Formats: sequence, structure tokens, C-alpha cells
Amino acid sequence: MAAFLVKRLLQAVFVVIAVTLTVAFAIRLTGDPALMLTQGAGSVTEADLVRIREGLGLNEPFFVQYLNFLKSIFTLDFGKSFLGGTPVSLLIGKALPATLALAFTSLIVSIVISIPLGIKAATARGKWVDQMIRILSLVGLSFPNFWLATMLVLLFAIAVPLLPPSGMDGFESFILPAITMGIILTATNVRLVRTTMLETLRSQYIMVARAKGLSENAVLYKHALRNCAIPLITFFGLQFGGLLGGIVVVERVFNWPGLGTLAFDAVGARDYPVLQAVITVLSLMIIGINLLVDIAYGLVDPRIRTE
Amino acid sequence: MTPTASTPLLAVDDLSVEFGASRVIENLSFSVSAGQTVAIVGESGSGKSVTSLSIMRLADMLGANYPTGRILFQTAAGEIDLLKLDQKKMRSIRGKEISMIFQEPMTSLNPVFTIGDQVAEILKLHEGKSNSAALAEAKRLLDMVRLPDAAELLTRYPHQLSGGMRQRVMIAMALACRPRLLIADEPTTALDVTIQAQILNILRDLQKELGAAVIFITHDMGVVAEMADDVVVMWKGKAVETGKALDIFERPSNAYTRTLLAAVPKLGSMTGEEFPKRLPLTVLENGEPKLSGVERIQNTARYDAAPLLSVRDLVVRFDIKKGLLGKVTHRVHAVEKVSFDIHPGETLALVGESGSGKSTIGRTIQQLQKATAGNITFSGKPLSAMSMAERHNLRRDVQYIFQDPFASLDPRKTVGFSVAEPIRTHGLLDSEKEIAKTVDALLERVGLTSAHTRRYPHEFSGGQRQRVCIARALASKPKLIIADEALSALDVSIQAQIINLFMDLQEERGLAYLFISHDMAVVEKMSHRVAVLYLGQIMEFGNRRQIFETPSHDYTRRLLSAVPVADPRRRKPLAMIEGDIPSPVRAVGNEPVLLAREEIAPGHYVARSA
Repeated sequence: MAAFLVKRLLQAVFVVIAVTLTVAFAIRLTGDPALMLTQGAGSVTEADLVRIREGLGLNEPFFVQYLNFLKSIFTLDFGKSFLGGTPVSLLIGKALPATLALAFTSLIVSIVISIPLGIKAATARGKWVDQMIRILSLVGLSFPNFWLATMLVLLFAIAVPLLPPSGMDGFESFILPAITMGIILTATNVRLVRTTMLETLRSQYIMVARAKGLSENAVLYKHALRNCAIPLITFFGLQFGGLLGGIVVVERVFNWPGLGTLAFDAVGARDYPVLQAVITVLSLMIIGINLLVDIAYGLVDPRIRTE
Repeated sequence: MTPTASTPLLAVDDLSVEFGASRVIENLSFSVSAGQTVAIVGESGSGKSVTSLSIMRLADMLGANYPTGRILFQTAAGEIDLLKLDQKKMRSIRGKEISMIFQEPMTSLNPVFTIGDQVAEILKLHEGKSNSAALAEAKRLLDMVRLPDAAELLTRYPHQLSGGMRQRVMIAMALACRPRLLIADEPTTALDVTIQAQILNILRDLQKELGAAVIFITHDMGVVAEMADDVVVMWKGKAVETGKALDIFERPSNAYTRTLLAAVPKLGSMTGEEFPKRLPLTVLENGEPKLSGVERIQNTARYDAAPLLSVRDLVVRFDIKKGLLGKVTHRVHAVEKVSFDIHPGETLALVGESGSGKSTIGRTIQQLQKATAGNITFSGKPLSAMSMAERHNLRRDVQYIFQDPFASLDPRKTVGFSVAEPIRTHGLLDSEKEIAKTVDALLERVGLTSAHTRRYPHEFSGGQRQRVCIARALASKPKLIIADEALSALDVSIQAQIINLFMDLQEERGLAYLFISHDMAVVEKMSHRVAVLYLGQIMEFGNRRQIFETPSHDYTRRLLSAVPVADPRRRKPLAMIEGDIPSPVRAVGNEPVLLAREEIAPGHYVARSA
């Protein structure tokens, strides 16, 4: 297990290097930041531009700029936002917890709903309960997230004003965005849980567990679920990455003060230090989550742990 | 009513079982008393496993209905009909009063829980033991099934145990709550014969000790003869004959029982015969067993001709890489300096247990595997000296038939396509008409009809599929066929037919066979010469009579003694081998000792002990 983890950690280091290189390079493709900064500022001389470039370190060779960028990650100093001059790390520091809180709540909502529903569908295979669950999940899959978000706001915040329509302020404000994200995730997850469960239930050791006289719940939730864990954890891990991407839209609709909103505004304003930081932070998080998934494999499956 | 000696512990009375519209068991009746072993025997589709699952009421989970019958079970509270109980009440009986051992020890244990947890679970459930008390009891149970280092085993996971060890854990689990009825469903079918002997012994001893009733489900008449007091013979969902084991074997009254027994290969039945013999088959005709086909001495091996295939000092090893840098720390020593010849028209058998390297040798000859060292010469030309084209042609001359006829045919291609494929691949025929004609002829030769060409594999039974595989192997007109456990997955009656087909083809075409098998009785029937393999080395090599009549290596003798013989009068103490088959995995630098062989009679070689 130790060797397995060290191997994964080393791989993660290479991925981090690849990702940061890509980010640093891609940002340069968007044009000259000095020009962008001075857009609409009236009379700008060539000397001004050179001064701005020097100030931003853009006159250095790419390699040095990359090292500076890496240094900025380690020191958490991503420079200042073009809008208002707030330090970028401060903006990220405020937005990141909001996004993480929403992402985790959505994922947990979806796991809590999809595991029992998926198991129910698997055990009632072919019966009407199974059909219903499958149809519902297909309906859930077909919702675009912006549409679902708008509908939920119309229904539960405007027509029946039970919940706040936007912003992050206390427990109630989590409900609508988390449900929006949760429903879409659940639709896929139910199907995945159902399929993995069906496969596991065919195993001989499930028959053995039943032959021991264990209750159906013990058979399903103790013996079978633990064996479904590997494919499920893999998928939930991957999904978390996708979730961070998809959150931009949902955050926008609910005016959620997270990374999505921050990135959205930064794109509009060509606020490239903020954008670069957001992309970097998201990438690092996805790498981190994949590492956690690898550790989780070892925890649930002794065949990996004792290798 | 209180149970008495005359009341059977379990009485199945007029039981029928249906899955949807298909009735798989019809009006079955039999009973088993305390201390007694009843064997239910039958071929695939006979309904024997459904019977055991119905008694446990586990068949319910697979969608079974019970239109008729009762399953009466004596409990302390009197007689109950298991079919009338709800699942909740059944759960208090399952694992406690009636427990079950399943066929596949490799998949019977949950891979994510420790052995200790899995054995303790049943004690906590039915006896309300605390975790520590249950674990202590689990250790005692593992000792009881003669597992070494029981305390340490409790913390191990299933994948760290061999098949034989896992099956012992299953037995320990099944006997944990001292059940009064134990159902063993093909408990040794997936195990090597020496391990099977150990498991059968443990089961027999523990039954004596606990006085439990045992229902033993098997397809192996040898195991029946070894274990059973009473026998129920099932065929197509019905009990066709029920009686004492001795009567069933010596005076079978039912036609199907007689046919089945006639098909069972009996170790020692060829004693005194110089050559293998093609024997007529006993087949059911209008409800009566009849002999069909010719008897012929299979004197086809042409030892006067040059060997078709020569294998010299073949070594095959697999590296096991571990750690960060993928350094080779261990090696699987699959084959170590193996040499033999096969002559045209000869059947050479490679026999041995798991890890003996017998399949690796076959795969290496067929170029599915690279040799680490050694020479393979075919028709006088060494493989190492062959060009790419010649190697390709060699694949035409050597054909392979695999064990599993279900997995070795492409499910999305018609049978005709699969049989024609070697002809197309090797460009043997050009015109489509010619190919179609050849395919028809091949299918007819193996006992199918040309109407089968357009069908898909799932429309065939296991035996028919193996015939298709044989037809495909014949399509490229090979000189050598490697049959790797090609009969192991088949019912005995089908097995007997395929053995005859193999022999007829050999007689007709002068084919040579490399017959890889673990089944000593089949090997005795089929082979001209035999090589006994153990951990990658040949322990004994000789003609059939030398190996079977004067086995001279200790391992050959143990192997032969472990085979259960289908004759209840020849029961013997099976405990001749203790412990597991050693692993062929060794640390780098720790090379196995190569055993020297001496010739004790012309052509009879025996390895000296290390």
C-alpha cells in the first residue's frame, strides 16, 4: 500500500507540472495583458507598455515566468485583480469555501438519494419500482441545469416563497442550488449504483451470505455495497471534477459567491490574474481528489491494500 | 411429533419447482436421516442444484415457485414444512439448522472482509456471541478443519488463501452453529484431486463427529461412491432412481442410471491393455440402454516415423515486478527443463495439478507464449530457425482446443463463420462455394449437421459447442491438436462421445494429440504415453501401462490414489497427502532444484528425489 501511494503521489507531481505548464502557456495565448490593461485608457505610449510588462514580469523568458508562476502558487500570491486591485488570493480565499460547500452538499445529496434508490432498483429488477426509478433517472438526466435551476427558483422562491432565490446566507440558501446539482448527479448515479449492484448480487458470496441466514439489509448494505464501492468511488471522484466545471452555471443562476461566479466575472472583464488562479486552484483540487480516490481504494479493498 | 430414529430429519415429498413457465423439478421425493449421507447425482440441467437451493428456500430469490410438494424438517418444536415458512422464519433456520457449502471456493467468500469476520458473523447472528467470543470460536473452527495457523488466518483476506484453504473456511463457516443438515453442492469440483481428497476426508470425519445429515450434490460418480450411503439419480428434473449406493452401482435398475454409469471413466479399467481402446458407447434408445459403435484398438502411434514435435529443455518463466521501479523480485517457474517427443498418430498426455505448468507448455508450443529457454522442433525444423511465414504456417499445423467451449467461440459470429475462419486466414481455399462445402463436411464429421452453419453459439449445448471447436480445429488440416482440458467442462455422457470422436479422427487422419488434463481416468482411456508434471518438471514419463500399472514416482502414486473411483467397494482412506500444492513462485536467485531422471525400464523415466 505504501509503495502504491508513493507511486500515485509521484504521478500526481508530474500531473501538477503538466497542468501548471498548460495554464501558464494558455494564458499567454489570450493576448498581451499590457494592451488589455490599458484598453480605453486614452493615450498610452510604448514606454508605458514596456513599464507595465516589466511590472508584471512579462519581459522575462517564458521559463522564468513559469518559475515565477510556480512560486506564486507556493506563496499563495497570485498578484492583484485588474478590477479594484484586490489581492487575488483574497478573492479565491472567499470564493473557494463557498464552492466547496455547495459541491460537497450536492454530492452528498446525490449519494444519499442514489444509493438506496439504485439498490432498490437492482433488487426489484424488471418490476414496476425498477421501471419507475429508471424513467425518473432518465427525466433527471434530460434536465439542463440552468433550466432546472430557474424552475426551482420560480416554484419555491417566487410562486411559493419558501426559500431564498439567491445568495449564500445560512442553511436555507443551500437547499435550491444543492438540489439542482444533486438531481442531475443523482440521475446518473442511480443507474450506476443499479448496474454495479446487479453485477455484485450475481456473485457467489452473496448467495453464501444469504445462506448464512443474514437479513436482506445486511446482505445488501454490508456484503454487497462494500463490493460495489470501487467502481462507485471511481465514478464519484470523476464526477466531482465535472461538478466543479458545471458549477459555474448553477452558481451564476443562484448568484452564489463561489469560484464559478468569480471565474465568470473574470472572463467578462479579462481579469487574467484571477482567471489563472481559479483554473490553477480547480486543477489542483481535481488532482487532489483523484489522490484521495486512490487512497480510498486501498481502504475499501484489501486486495489493493495488501498487494 | 418428536423425531425418532425412524423419522427422517428431512423429507422432500412430491416437490415441484418452476421458474416462470418452465418446470425444472417434477414430483421429487427423497429423505435423509441424521448421520446419513444422501448423494444427489445428475448431469447439467438435471435440477440437482435447484433442489438444494429449494430446500434452503434460496431459489425464491432467483424467482422460483413451488406448485406442489412439501419439504418436511424435524425441529425441536416438531415437524415443519419449509415451503410454508416465510423468509424471516427461514433466516433463523438457514446457517443454524441447515447450512450449505457451495461449488466455487474462489468466489464463495466475500473479498472485502477478513476470514475471521466472515466466520464470526454467523456465530454473532445465530448464537448472539460477542465479537471476541465469536472470534475465539472461529479460531477453534478453523483448527477443526485442519487449517494451520488459525489465529493468524483470522486476520487474512480471502485472496491470500488457496482454493483448498478457502473451501475449508467455507466448511468451518457451514458447521459453525452445528447444523443438523449440511448441503454440499459440488464442494470439490473446482479443486485439484489431492485437495479434493483432503476436503472429502474432513467432511466425512466431521460428519461422524457431529452426527449431521448430509446431502451431497455432485456430478462425479467417483465422489458418490466414496461418500454416499443413499443415492438419488436425477435426470431432467426427476428422480429416476433412488436406493442404497451399493445397489445403484452394482444393480442399477433404471435405464438412464445404467447409461450414466457406463459413461463414467473408471481408473484402472484399462489394466492390461497395451493401447488405448475406442469403446462402444452406451446410449439410451427407446428408453433402453444399447451399445452403439465399434470397439477398436487404437494402435495409431507411429513410433517408427520421426517425431512430429520435439520439445527439448523447455523453460518458461514469468517475471513478477514489485515496488516503485518495477524491479523483478520473484519469478513464476512455470516450466523447468521439460523434454518430450510426440510422434504422428500419438496421444501424449500431460497430467498434473494447478501450477504444474501443463497448460503453459501447450501455450508455448502454440506460440501463444514465449519460451524463456529451450528448443521446440516441429517436423524436423526448430522453431527458432523459422521465418515469420513458417511460424504462421505452424499455427495451421498445430491447433488448440480450449477448456471452456462457451468462451472460445465468438458469440456474435455464426458457427459457420467460426469454422471457416482458419480456412480463410490461411488461404486454404479460394471459392466461397468450396469453403461452404468444406464447412458443411467438417460439421457433419463432428456429429452436427450443415443446417447448423447459420446458427449462433448460444443456440448450442456445451457438448455441441465443443464439437464446433473441434470442427474449427480440423478446418486447417492440422497435424497436431493441443487439447487443453477440452473434456473437463462436459458431462460424462458427452465426454465419452467426444473421446470417441477424438479417437476416430486420429485413426482417420493420423492426428497427434497433446492431451492436457487433470483427470487421470480419462487420460488412462485416451493416451499412448503420459508425462506427469509437478511444479514445472516431469516427475514420471512412460507409456500408459507403465504410468498406470507400475507408477514409480511417489507423486504419481499419490495422484492416482487421490482419484475417487466409481465403485463403493473400493473406498479407501484418502488422507495420503497433507497440505497445499506448493507455489511455483520463487524469489529471484532461489532457483528450483532440477531433478535428474533415470530410465527404470525402456521408455519409463522417473525423476530422482532432490
